[in-house]
Amino acid sequence: MSLTRRDFVKLCTGTVAGFGVSQMFNPSVVQALEKFVPHVFWIQGQGCTGCSVSLLNSVHPSIAKVLLDVITLDFHPTIMGSEGEVAWGHMTDVAKEQKGKYIVIFEGSVPVAENGHYCILGEKDGKEYTMLETTLEMAKNAAVVVNVGTCAAYGGIPAAEGNVTGSTSVTKVLADNGIKTPVVNVPGCPPHPDWMIGTLVYAINAIEEKGLEGGLGEVVKILDSEGRPTPFFGENIHDNCPYLSKFDEDEFSKVFTDKENCRYELGCKGPSANADCFKRKWNGGVNWCVENAVCLGCVEPGFPDEMSPFYEAG
Amino acid sequence: MSKSSTPAKDGKIKIAIDPVSRIEGHLKAEVVVKDGKVVDAWLSGGMYRGFENILVGRDPRDAAQLTQRLCGVCPTAHSTAACLALDDACDVKITKNGRVTRNLIFGANYLQSHLLHFYHLAALDFVRGPGKAPFVPRFDQPDLRLDEKTNAVAVDQYIKALEIRRICHEMVALFGGKMPHISGQVVGGTTEIPTKEKLAEYASRFKEVRKFVAETYLPTVYLIGSVYKDLFKIGGGYKNCMSYGVFPMDEEGTKTLIDSGVYIDGKDEKFNPALIKEFVKYSWFEDSCSDLHPSKGKTIPDVHKEGAYSFIKASRYNKKPVEVGPLARMWIHNPELSEIGKKQLKDLYGIKAVKFRDLGEDLAFSLMGRHVARAEEALIVADAINDTWLKEIKAGEDTYVESKVPVTGEGIGFTEAPRGSLLHYINIQDSKVANYQLMPATLWNTNPRDDMGQRGPVEEALIGCPVPDTGSPVDISRIIRSFDP
Repeated sequence: MSLTRRDFVKLCTGTVAGFGVSQMFNPSVVQALEKFVPHVFWIQGQGCTGCSVSLLNSVHPSIAKVLLDVITLDFHPTIMGSEGEVAWGHMTDVAKEQKGKYIVIFEGSVPVAENGHYCILGEKDGKEYTMLETTLEMAKNAAVVVNVGTCAAYGGIPAAEGNVTGSTSVTKVLADNGIKTPVVNVPGCPPHPDWMIGTLVYAINAIEEKGLEGGLGEVVKILDSEGRPTPFFGENIHDNCPYLSKFDEDEFSKVFTDKENCRYELGCKGPSANADCFKRKWNGGVNWCVENAVCLGCVEPGFPDEMSPFYEAG
Repeated sequence: MSKSSTPAKDGKIKIAIDPVSRIEGHLKAEVVVKDGKVVDAWLSGGMYRGFENILVGRDPRDAAQLTQRLCGVCPTAHSTAACLALDDACDVKITKNGRVTRNLIFGANYLQSHLLHFYHLAALDFVRGPGKAPFVPRFDQPDLRLDEKTNAVAVDQYIKALEIRRICHEMVALFGGKMPHISGQVVGGTTEIPTKEKLAEYASRFKEVRKFVAETYLPTVYLIGSVYKDLFKIGGGYKNCMSYGVFPMDEEGTKTLIDSGVYIDGKDEKFNPALIKEFVKYSWFEDSCSDLHPSKGKTIPDVHKEGAYSFIKASRYNKKPVEVGPLARMWIHNPELSEIGKKQLKDLYGIKAVKFRDLGEDLAFSLMGRHVARAEEALIVADAINDTWLKEIKAGEDTYVESKVPVTGEGIGFTEAPRGSLLHYINIQDSKVANYQLMPATLWNTNPRDDMGQRGPVEEALIGCPVPDTGSPVDISRIIRSFDP
């Protein structure tokens, strides 16, 4: 099995037929994809596993294809066969062997209070490893860091007001510790599977075509000021909302079940959210938050504090 | 595991498994093995986020959105518990169509969760996956007994189940907006009135899911059980259990699809919410948080506390540790078994059972008994979707009742997440959250010792677990995972 061109186009265009993102993939390199299968480690900090569960919802390509053909997933607490020291040892061994060449994916934020004690990930030879030290160690020697989900990218709910764990984003922890590995943020609570796999595939593709350094340079070029790939996060939800004309005409829904009018007065945060949900939609394209209720702005650095109260306008 | 482990003079070997993988969250198991068996166990929950504290001062309606983010596997369970607590606090009575739509959303998530648990979290305990990461490396002696042909079929099912669980999520999203983390359930009902078209989409997807549950998942669980018969004899634990009841069948909340109840020391009791308390002597929380009903609950971490070993509080019913989850629910509800279940129990095991309790305490309360209970429950939920809710639902009829957040008030929401009993408690002052307490299933099952010194249910279930090779303690994690921690 290899990734077909059709998979790419599907992945990049969402459910509404094709514009924009498909151009970022050069079909000529698709055939070559099988050659570069990066080692990937997926580390979970203060998260809920929702990003991982969302990843499993990938349609094009299927998650089975991703796991078996696109990447070598050496560590993922939710799906790997291994556990305990066998798993932890495998991760550290392969990371050593693949130094500078592997991809590390973070899900969940990093608590830094109490020396990181609020999140313990594993144990080897009687020593416990915190999310904080594991983040630094694994990021330092990676080719690229990919933060999936708003927690890893920006802190998310564990870092919201009232938290006592000193929780913060992976991005900030790396910056504070002078780690210069390129960082890509794929936010969302959770991120759409297309956003995660699309970003990975883009990076793999670019590295294959231009080598490690050149390829990563290409990846960095497509990021916005919040570190997000613009093909997925480059457009504002409100500006592209099918209910925009209702907003312009001051026709607002007063109750959730009114599907005719604009949801702004019910608390919709579409005006402050940048993502392509409006065309991609969710779960095989069956629905999306605005059609269903309101946008919570979950892809933004200010989620949740700046978006709360969720059901009040403004 | 700890390869350096050598027996002490008394013949005891201490081993740790950290991380316990293929679960949701961060868990470490430490056990003492003597003469090839576990003689003591400690479970440690290694992560704390502090949702209770983060919720204080916020708009109460935000709770249903924020608390979903506790768990990406069962967000709809938290949404349900939070909305029930908010319905209670805001004194709102939902419509019949709202109740049924909620059941359709939650029911689809139940099916997703049970399939995910068996195939993608637990099955690798019995099945050899493809020979590459993330399926390898494994323990040296993984005790995988399926013959090559059966194993190949099981791997195909693993892949197929990925697709089926994705379809379940599409069913949730049709009325819930998206999954994980739905937008469509709020205080007062659901935000989307089902249309004929969406109901047809739900029903057509459901058809495929139901077929898989009935014809593939259920028989496979029994088949695997027949190859690992000894796993019906381990992991029993206290044999005490509890269910709050789940899936309201009327608007008064008096009848649920799965019954509520408590089973302690061989006796059935009516569930009494006043008897729930949390204890923290061995948890990293201030001692002032101990011995409290959730309505008086406090969550103040203390990571330097002497003797503590977990971020999980010890939840107790009438001071007793109780198991929650599918096994607890099937034991309390005691439904008639599926036809395939009856047949396979007879053919494969020689057991004549009509109702769940006919399995008997010793077989039902076991590692494999939990998998059987989960699979039987999946069919019950699928049948309710098919025979009841899809027939009751009215396209175009209202699902939402408007309400106001009170200036002061309190509310409590009881439900059953797929993995077990879930409670949300909210106290509102000045129209803001003044106190919010959460008691998820993980807290009931994987908790540490309590103030009375009793082990948590999973800790107790590990006692007696065979560990013939301390380098490959496979049954320890199998027992833990059977609870879907």
